[in-house]
Amino acid sequence: MTQTLLIGPVLLSFVTGILCYVFRHNTWVCRSLSVAGSVLVLGVSAGLFMVVWSHGPVAMQASNWPAPFGITFVADMLSAVMVLMTGIMGLLVTVYSLGDITQPLQRSGYYALYHVLLAGVAGAFLTGDIFNLYVWFEVMLMASFGLIVLGGSKAQMDGGIRYVAINLVSTVMFLMSVAMLYGMTGTLNMADLHVTLRDIDNPALLTVVATLFILGFGIKSALFPLFFWLPASYHTPAVSVTAIFGALLTKVGVYALIRVFTLIFTHDIGFTHNLLLIIAGFTMVTGVLGAAAQMEVRRLLSFHIISQIGYMIMGLALFTPLGLAAALFYMVHNIVAKTNLFLISGVMQRLGGSFHLYDIGSFYKRTPFVAILFMISAFGLAGMPPLSGFWGKFALVKASLETEAYVIAGVALAVGLMTLFSMTKIWGEAFWKPHPRGDDALLTRLEPHAAMTLMAPIVALAIFTVLMGLLIQPVFDVALVAGNQVMSNQAYVDAVLGSRETAHVVP
Amino acid sequence: METLLALLVGFLTAAGIYMMLNLNLVRFMFGLVLISNAANFTILAAGRYEGAVPALVPEGLKTVTTSVANGLPQALILTAIVISFGILAFSVVLILRTYQELGTVRSDRMRIADTTDYAPKATAPDGQGASEVAGS
Repeated sequence: MTQTLLIGPVLLSFVTGILCYVFRHNTWVCRSLSVAGSVLVLGVSAGLFMVVWSHGPVAMQASNWPAPFGITFVADMLSAVMVLMTGIMGLLVTVYSLGDITQPLQRSGYYALYHVLLAGVAGAFLTGDIFNLYVWFEVMLMASFGLIVLGGSKAQMDGGIRYVAINLVSTVMFLMSVAMLYGMTGTLNMADLHVTLRDIDNPALLTVVATLFILGFGIKSALFPLFFWLPASYHTPAVSVTAIFGALLTKVGVYALIRVFTLIFTHDIGFTHNLLLIIAGFTMVTGVLGAAAQMEVRRLLSFHIISQIGYMIMGLALFTPLGLAAALFYMVHNIVAKTNLFLISGVMQRLGGSFHLYDIGSFYKRTPFVAILFMISAFGLAGMPPLSGFWGKFALVKASLETEAYVIAGVALAVGLMTLFSMTKIWGEAFWKPHPRGDDALLTRLEPHAAMTLMAPIVALAIFTVLMGLLIQPVFDVALVAGNQVMSNQAYVDAVLGSRETAHVVP
Repeated sequence: METLLALLVGFLTAAGIYMMLNLNLVRFMFGLVLISNAANFTILAAGRYEGAVPALVPEGLKTVTTSVANGLPQALILTAIVISFGILAFSVVLILRTYQELGTVRSDRMRIADTTDYAPKATAPDGQGASEVAGS
């Protein structure tokens, strides 16, 4: 049963993707398959989450080859939460795609690529083997390459080139550092690496490899100073594509950083984690300053992705259970709020005719419902109580004060204020200001067939943000469990290496 | 043998980076091919070069008696080669399509997606000319 749950999100997404490719010319069949597949994946992810919640980390060895020789799938609380978020976002953005994705895009294979992307993301969260992590990154990247140029406009080609080129560089770096790690230890299983590295007495080389990992994953998660590809490409594809990229892709990089810098590279925390802390600070500040200069909604939001990644890396760099719990909570909060803002930007473009803040206006007067939904997510992102972002920032600042990292605490709070400034800029330009071509240029409602599919995910995500803020105690308990598991590692390592003893405990 | 491999990796990486610094995207791609191969050789070197004897257990024995080649790096490299082949094919087509759409392969002349005052109305993908590139 556990085996099925562990492999389920990946397998189901692949099968859905293949079926969607086969039936891509049949609109109705393809869309139904896509939604059905997403619902199943969400169900399996929720099942996996429940098992991990009640039993602790669980592992699966492919074909019963014991670790470290076989291919391992493993889920601890961190992985389970991320897979669950992948399931939720996968379903909601699928629903949004029904209204957003045009027939030509669907015939080019949008739904197929979309589900393969989700399979790659889930695989990256669940694998227990560092070379397989590379392979899952590649699956995810290939699908995202296809999605970002799908449609083939000039801007997409330009953005696509930047996205593809820099991601390939990062992949090669990742592969080289995996090779060097293998050369030092002779193993690729992450739990086994954790055990083996205790006996390896070559901290200098290990630090070099760790720095290579920061570079490789840093490009993928858009850390300072490696983030330039992100705002240059994320605003070019369809809104659904931007939304799912913003929700998941950079977070996979952050997840990978958290995994390797808690499980593998803990030999020289004074260097590696301080380096991460400095990077986190610069990432926050440059991201939010970049956003301040933007007038295109999706580019502005893309810069905010970068700034928010800084907060997550800050939680990792503090390297305390509370810090890591806060990092995970912040990831979940950011996935929800940021995706919703991208989805709303799509609705704003449909109603107002443009993504550019100069070209739109009057939303508050003409479509107050959209305005309220935007306000919830924007305030959530900026960290206004009682919404989810406030608790994320609160926990991060508390964790940094506990470790006496006062500078980063101050930076985090100042950047929160700057985020609010950006959000009020969108509010002032798009919602308060009269529409430059007169109020009549603004539609007051969407086309009926698109309204339901576009608005339902937005409403759901807004409710999610509010509930996460109001029901903070149970949500943060989950994050704390994950933070403790990630910091102590013992349960994770036991689940993978001692699988013959623990396999019978788990149903 | 490891020394030779290390020198080869260093040379390929240096040549690859030199090519990737070029503004011409086709040269960038060739540089990427070189640097991927450098990564493959790194894996080979990391697995220790132990001669060319295949890792087959002689009949009647439970384990190999002589020094044999490590099979795992070969499996890893094969995986990496397959992946980089797919990526290379995609990159070639992407560069070709970019050349057809934008009329240049020089990265400094592509300023469409990256300017702040860029008119955003063209960004909404209307599906016109949806490429088979992306679908396949």
